[in-house]
Amino acid sequence: MRREIPLLITAIAGVVFVVQYFIPHSPFNHLDGWFSDWFSIVQACAIVLGSLNLLMISSQKIARKKEGWGYAVVIIVSFFLITIIGFAGGEEFRDVGTGFDWLYNYTYVPLSSTMYAILAFFVASASYRAFRARNAEATLLLLAAFFVMLGRVPIGDLLTMWMPEGFRMSNLATWIMDFPQTAGQRAIMIGIALGLVSTSLRVILGIERSHLGGE
Amino acid sequence: MCSLALVVLIFILTIGNALAQEEVLPPDSTAVVEEAAYAQPVLNLQAEDKPNDAGGAVRVSWDVSTDDDGDGGIIGYTIYRGTAAAGPYEVVGQVPSGKSDFDDGNTADSLTYYYKVIAMNDALFSAGVTEVEMALATTAGPVQSSEQWFDFRRINVFAGTLLLSFLIIFMISRAKAGKKLFIRKIAGMEAVDEAVGRATEMGKKIFYVPGINDMDNVQTIASMTILGRVAELAGQYDTWLEVPVCRSLVMVTAKEVVKEAYTKVGRPDSFQENQVHYLTDDQFGYAAAIDGMVVREKPATIFYMGAFFAESLILAETGNATGAIQIAGTAMPSQLPFFVASCDYTLIGEELFAASAYLSREPKLLGSLKGQDMGKAIILVSMVVGIILETFGIWEFSQLFSVIE
Repeated sequence: MRREIPLLITAIAGVVFVVQYFIPHSPFNHLDGWFSDWFSIVQACAIVLGSLNLLMISSQKIARKKEGWGYAVVIIVSFFLITIIGFAGGEEFRDVGTGFDWLYNYTYVPLSSTMYAILAFFVASASYRAFRARNAEATLLLLAAFFVMLGRVPIGDLLTMWMPEGFRMSNLATWIMDFPQTAGQRAIMIGIALGLVSTSLRVILGIERSHLGGE
Repeated sequence: MCSLALVVLIFILTIGNALAQEEVLPPDSTAVVEEAAYAQPVLNLQAEDKPNDAGGAVRVSWDVSTDDDGDGGIIGYTIYRGTAAAGPYEVVGQVPSGKSDFDDGNTADSLTYYYKVIAMNDALFSAGVTEVEMALATTAGPVQSSEQWFDFRRINVFAGTLLLSFLIIFMISRAKAGKKLFIRKIAGMEAVDEAVGRATEMGKKIFYVPGINDMDNVQTIASMTILGRVAELAGQYDTWLEVPVCRSLVMVTAKEVVKEAYTKVGRPDSFQENQVHYLTDDQFGYAAAIDGMVVREKPATIFYMGAFFAESLILAETGNATGAIQIAGTAMPSQLPFFVASCDYTLIGEELFAASAYLSREPKLLGSLKGQDMGKAIILVSMVVGIILETFGIWEFSQLFSVIE
């Protein structure tokens, strides 16, 4: 029963989601929304599990003085600080000028932006590795990247303004993005779509059950 | 006295007749409607229940006014709705000139409606539509909106789904009957054993990152399948496997998967609850936490399997800098180049979904892969046929594949 009930629920939910796409009649047209609402409710309840797990693991790290236990202290202090300030703010805790709002705008947002900004440097290092002309494919990639990057900045057109319109750098970049790139990406997306259908069917039929913790 | 009464009677009759004439005067009569305000009416007005919907909508259609010839004579059409043919009518919408239909999406399925459409020119728009004009306008109806049992616009998707499902189930049944199926090698999957073995030899950890989406994403489900295989190997070799997650439901599932895998290889005692742990739901917070762990603990092997977004490159580049062997797999097309550039092996798109069949070699799963391949072959043939037909100006075939969202 431990396996059969989840499999049954999965099969019913899967069939319902497929059917509701083709049947606009009630109750089918509401099922998507109902299931999504229930998923959000379960998800919200599960947050408690996650939070408790985070606190427990961090506490263990501090108690056992494991490597990097100082970070665990930061996690616990931040966790309780934001929770207490949030609750202290009452129902309007998200309003402008509240303590929660201040913490959100002056700690969370800058930290997130910093992580996102690091991408610029990682893109440079990854590109350097990817574009090394080690073989024919990598050389092709390097050339395509050269045209696209140069075509995206004004100097690209400035250097090629003596050429016919279609051969200017920005037009070459657009051509590469619109045709070879789009064709390649669509091929991958067709494979992904078929893979999705196949995996979903396996899950609905109960053939694929390893995600339930076993073959 | 009699003559006075006769005069009054004649006067009343004359006025009455004049008023009666006013009601039946043709619309081009200047006595009733100003010439400037008059616009030729719409023709062939029809109202029907909007097809393929969930009810609550009526489609009104008409042939545009003969004044609507693009020279600005008609500025648009006003659509009126009433619950009785005699009225009263209220405005439910306006459409610009040239348009010949309108969907009234605010109807109750239990009520009967009547519609009128007035062609508007500048003068009529300024003066406003009079009751006389309303009375003269053609009425469409009665009509009721209702829910439909099938969205026929999606019949091609329905047929495609049935065909693909049939192919998959057919190939599964063939595989179950003992038919030998060939599956090409997937380098990323072949490298799993090597990557786990490397961590064992080095005495270092294995990190398994299951993406940042929840269990409602098929990629995360596929990721859990691969996690099972990695956990089995880690259990066999007694290597520490750590699974930091960013969704609570994924944490619960991953714990179950790892625990079962350890039990399966006869090492249930090696499983520890803190192997699978929650970090944060926040995308960049999650990336920062994993980066910190990777830099501090320098794992020998890192798996990235599931749905990734902007954090993919941040994670993969940090792992690359620490010298870890990295195997990634995702069905997010925009993140694939980053993984290819930064990881040793990458499962591209469908390979992620094929992993469970590839690893288990179970006939039923392999059969579904073959069915999927047959679907791909049909799409390829359709594409070639479509390109040839489009080249010769035959568009109908490609339109069979158009999908209504």
